[in-house]
Amino acid sequence: MSALPQGMAPDTGQLAAATATAALPSVTPGRLRWERFKRHRAALVSAGVLVFLLCLCFSAPLLAAALGVDSTSISLFKRFDAPSAQHWLGTDELGRDVLIRLLEGGQVSLTVGLVTAVFAALIGTTVGLLAGYHGGRLDQLLMRFTDTMIAVPVLPLLIILAALDPKKLPLPEALTGSDSFSLYRIVLIIALFGWTTVARLVRAATLAARQREYVRAAVALGAGNGRIMLTHILPNVVSPIVVATTLSIGNIILLESVLSFLGLGIQLPLPSWGNMLTNAQETIWSAPLLAFWPGLLIFVTVISFNFLGDGLQDALDPRSSGDKK
Amino acid sequence: MARFLVNRLLQSLVVLLVVSFVVYMLIGLMPGDPIDLMIAANPELTPEDAARLRALYGLDQPLLDRYWNWLTALLQGDLGYSRLFAQPVGEILLPRLLNTLALLAPVLVISLAIAIPVGIYAARHPYTKLDSLINLMCFGGISMPPFWLALLLIMLFAVTLGWLPAGGMGTIGGAGGVWDSLKYMVLPVTTLVLLSIGHQTRYVRAAMLEALRQDYVRTARAKGVPEGGVVYRHALRNALIPVVTIVALEFGTLFGGALVTETMFSYLGMGKLIYDSILGNDFNVALCALLFVTIMVLLGNLLADMAYVLLDPRVSFQARAG
Repeated sequence: MSALPQGMAPDTGQLAAATATAALPSVTPGRLRWERFKRHRAALVSAGVLVFLLCLCFSAPLLAAALGVDSTSISLFKRFDAPSAQHWLGTDELGRDVLIRLLEGGQVSLTVGLVTAVFAALIGTTVGLLAGYHGGRLDQLLMRFTDTMIAVPVLPLLIILAALDPKKLPLPEALTGSDSFSLYRIVLIIALFGWTTVARLVRAATLAARQREYVRAAVALGAGNGRIMLTHILPNVVSPIVVATTLSIGNIILLESVLSFLGLGIQLPLPSWGNMLTNAQETIWSAPLLAFWPGLLIFVTVISFNFLGDGLQDALDPRSSGDKK
Repeated sequence: MARFLVNRLLQSLVVLLVVSFVVYMLIGLMPGDPIDLMIAANPELTPEDAARLRALYGLDQPLLDRYWNWLTALLQGDLGYSRLFAQPVGEILLPRLLNTLALLAPVLVISLAIAIPVGIYAARHPYTKLDSLINLMCFGGISMPPFWLALLLIMLFAVTLGWLPAGGMGTIGGAGGVWDSLKYMVLPVTTLVLLSIGHQTRYVRAAMLEALRQDYVRTARAKGVPEGGVVYRHALRNALIPVVTIVALEFGTLFGGALVTETMFSYLGMGKLIYDSILGNDFNVALCALLFVTIMVLLGNLLADMAYVLLDPRVSFQARAG
């Protein structure tokens, strides 16, 4: 309001309104959260970096068309080319453009991270709501199961699941034979282990919410269990879900990259930041930068998601934030 | 105490049984068939021979019976025979396990020796420039892709500077000895320390901040205990309880990092063994190695629970036994 242009004389009514707002700025809960989020500078920067990366990766086709390159044409005459006006980051061991491949790999890695996190959050929320709301035997059973999933060594089991022969599973040939099958598989198997944190947080929040007056009122009014869980409890446990889900994306991208790097995650011809590094151990002698870029992008993406989650925690869940983790 | 222990041990056994069953079933779904692999190596074998081999190894029986046979043999100490290494599984596992422990023990000692003082410093000077810098570096460590970190270290110290070997466990044809082995351990240990130190420092900082806020710290200050005594004798001892617990609980994560690191540096430990045996269709080894690691992780969890109770007299077994 103080930004009114000089020399423009507002009439008194507007002026009064302006002073009133200046004296008593409207503080909505959303505004408060935004203020708290803004104080976390690293989170703010990270949000910008992530938006930029997402836009950049998904505009790969445009950039490829503009530069007149594509990521699939193999040319042995152009192996390990230095950066040039056409190939901004040079070419790889098969003469493909590194930049466009990086961006396409980013599309896959970011998609896996986001989709898996949402998927895992759905499983975790369901388990947590059911366990926290119903309590008793069901709660015990679900939480024992959750504890078991937490106790097992995740990476070796993921390797086994990723190495399963899809032809021995009762799946349609069209699915197992498709190029995107490795993408679906990795989303599914990481989500299988990734839901435990959300489940525990949602259970704890549900246990607390269940005792509140509005839930008792809903019970008294004759609302069904499903309705109480979805319309009365769920909106009140959203904050921990959002925070935990954001924090899990970084971890998921790391797991995906490790599996793809080991040759068990995203399979060629689909590129991902992890599988672009599979041959890196041989090429570090001849072209060290080839091994540098994909890892740097993984690192920047993961650290940004972690900072974003940290900032969201400060903003949405101030009581449990920062110092108590 | 005894009841609590028995309870937890029983739970761990159930988890172990479930894991072994699930993994056994999953391994049946892996590509390739051990008998096909044997036949491929020897063209003189006829289909009848293959069928006889199948019967010999019990592969013609239903999956559940096979699991039962495998389990009873395992409990009698027969871990099976490795096709990949042409050795009994038991003889492969033990040296690999020792190698992994030899890798992880210095990692834990070094990373905690750095994380604890740094975390204490950050907690005593919260929201300062240096605290923010420490926090930034912690996030860097947490967000680092393990194989890329290993690659960077190899690039810097093995390729560019040539100071340290890029992988392996000893100079081939060299004199051997402790110094030679140590040289090969520097890079894997550094990788794992850098990977685990971020989490640990953040835990120490958070636990210390929490402890320094407590009433007994204010009391200690009020009665004139010097600052060093307040921090180390009153606050730190309480702050270490959650830290010890979390370090023990994170053993599974640490082992995941070890798997990648061992594979990158060709270090012959359990992680590389699991990876190689799964990819090489050596199911006897994969099963036993995986169970071994699960046992170690469960033991870590058990130790974490016990440490919690033993270190903190306020926590009683009765309350946690349920």
